[in-house]
Amino acid sequence: MSAQERTYPEPAISMETERYWEATKQGKLLLKKCNSCDGTYFYPRATCPHCLSGDTDWFEASGKGKIYTYSVMRRAQVPYAIAYVTLEEGVTMMTNIVECDLDGLAIDQEVEVTFRTTEGDQALPVFRPVS
Amino acid sequence: MSRSSKAYIAGIYEHPTRKALDKTIPQLHAEVALGALQDAGLTKDDVDGYFCDGDAPGLGGASMAEYMGLDLTYTDTTETGGSSYVLHVGHAMQAIAAGKCSVALVTLAGRPRAEGLATLGARNRGEVPELGFELPYGPVITNMYGMAAMRHMHEYGTTSEQLAWIKVAASHHAQHNEHAMLRDVVTVEDVVNSPMIADPLHRLDCCVISDGGGALVIVSPEVAKSIGDRCVKILGQGEAIKHLNAGKVDLTYTGAVKSGPIAFEEANLTPADMDYASIYDSFTITVLETIEDLGFCAKGEGGKFVSDGNLISGTGKLPFNTDGGGLCNNHPSNRGGMTKVIEAVRQLRGEAHPKVQVPDCTLALAHGTGGSIGTRMGSATVILGSNDA
Repeated sequence: MSAQERTYPEPAISMETERYWEATKQGKLLLKKCNSCDGTYFYPRATCPHCLSGDTDWFEASGKGKIYTYSVMRRAQVPYAIAYVTLEEGVTMMTNIVECDLDGLAIDQEVEVTFRTTEGDQALPVFRPVS
Repeated sequence: MSRSSKAYIAGIYEHPTRKALDKTIPQLHAEVALGALQDAGLTKDDVDGYFCDGDAPGLGGASMAEYMGLDLTYTDTTETGGSSYVLHVGHAMQAIAAGKCSVALVTLAGRPRAEGLATLGARNRGEVPELGFELPYGPVITNMYGMAAMRHMHEYGTTSEQLAWIKVAASHHAQHNEHAMLRDVVTVEDVVNSPMIADPLHRLDCCVISDGGGALVIVSPEVAKSIGDRCVKILGQGEAIKHLNAGKVDLTYTGAVKSGPIAFEEANLTPADMDYASIYDSFTITVLETIEDLGFCAKGEGGKFVSDGNLISGTGKLPFNTDGGGLCNNHPSNRGGMTKVIEAVRQLRGEAHPKVQVPDCTLALAHGTGGSIGTRMGSATVILGSNDA
C-alpha cells in the first residue's frame, strides 16, 4: 500500500463535459450513449464518434472493470500507476490505480471506481483493486 | 533506371549539434535548410515549395519562409508529431507530381535540451477535447509507451530481453557515428539492468533527448536529372492516423498496419525486398510493434525477430537505424522522422559509415511515428530506391 499519493491536477472542463464533472463530485461515473446508433463511447463528447449524431445521453456506469494495461511511473517524486481500465460497459478509459501494491498489479485484475479530489476541488475518477 | 519515380530526394542534411545553447530555433531551421540545399547543389532561390510542422515558430510556414527569404508557391504544414517529415516526403512527391512545385524544402529543428523541456513541453493546450480525461492521470511519454509494452508482453509473451536487443543493435551502429550521443556498445544485460523508468521500460529502452534538426530537398524528375545520380527515388508512401477509437483501445498495434501496405503497394514491393529499414525508435517497443505492423514478421513474432542481432548491419537480416537512431544518436526536437529519412538516403547513396553500410543497398524503407504509440498517433512510411533501382 503506498502511503502517499500524488497531487492530481485539475481537469480541463468544457461545456460538453461539465455534467461528467458535476457527477464525479457526487461519486458517480457517467458515460455517454448514442440514441441513434446505440453506441457507447469514451471520452464523453456531445457528438457520437460512431455515427456523428448529436442525439446522445448520459448514463451512470457500474464503476467496475478490469485493467487492460498499466505502467508504474518509477521516475516521479511519488511513484504512481497509470492504466487503461476496460469498464463493464465495454469502453476503455485512462485512469490511475490507487489503494494498491504498486508491485502487485496485473493485467485483467478486477478494479472498481473511487474518487480523488484534484487541485481546484474537482473530483477525479480513479480505480482500486476489488478486495 | 528501371523503376519510375514521381519525385526524388536530392539533398539531405543532419545538424551536428546535440545541444544548441547558442542558437535559436529559426536559426537551426535556416542552417539545416542551407545544408540540404548545398548537398543538392541548389540554392534557396530554387525552392518553390516549403514543408514544416509544429516545431517551426510562427504562422504555419509563413514566418520561417520570411526568415529564410523563400519565394513560395506551395506550402504544407501538416503536423503529425515525429512522423511529420516522413509524411512530408509523400506530400512533396504528390505536389511535385501535380505540378504545384518542383523543388520542395522540408525542415525540422528544435532545442528541448537547451530549453530544459520535457518531451511534452510544446503540446497545444487549447480546447483539446481529450485533455480533461487524460492529463490529471499523469500520462507522460514514457508511461504511455510503457503501457503499450506491458500489453504486448501480456498478449504475445514478448520479454524485456527481446526488447533490449533493439537497443543493443542501435548501439552497435552508434559506435561508428562521431556525432552520436551514446557511442558505447551495450549488452542485453546492460539494458535490463538499467534503472526502471516506467514499467516495463528501462532507461536504455528510451531514446535520447537532443537538440538539432535536419532538412530534405525533394525535386521533380527533371530537376533530378540535372543534379545527377546522388538523387534517391521516392517509390511509394503511405500515411495513417490511429486513435483511441471511441474507447475500443488496443495498444498492441500502430498506424503502420495501414501506412505500410499503402506504401508497399504503390512501390509494388514487399518487406522482403528491403535491403535496409529506418524504423522510428523513440523506445524499443516502438521498433518492435512497427516491424510487426509493416510485415517484416508476423504479429506477435517481433520479439523473436529482433533477437540475436537480427537488426545489426552485417550480421542480421534487417539492418536498421545505422546512424544509431533515436536510441543512441539523436532525437532532435523530440521528433525522429527526419533523421530516419536522412539515414535511408545515405544508405541508398552508399554514403553511410563504411562499418554499417549495407552492400549494394538498392531498396530501403523509412518509417515515422508521431504522438503516442497505439493511442493517438500519426504513422508514415516511405519506400525509397537508389538512383539505379
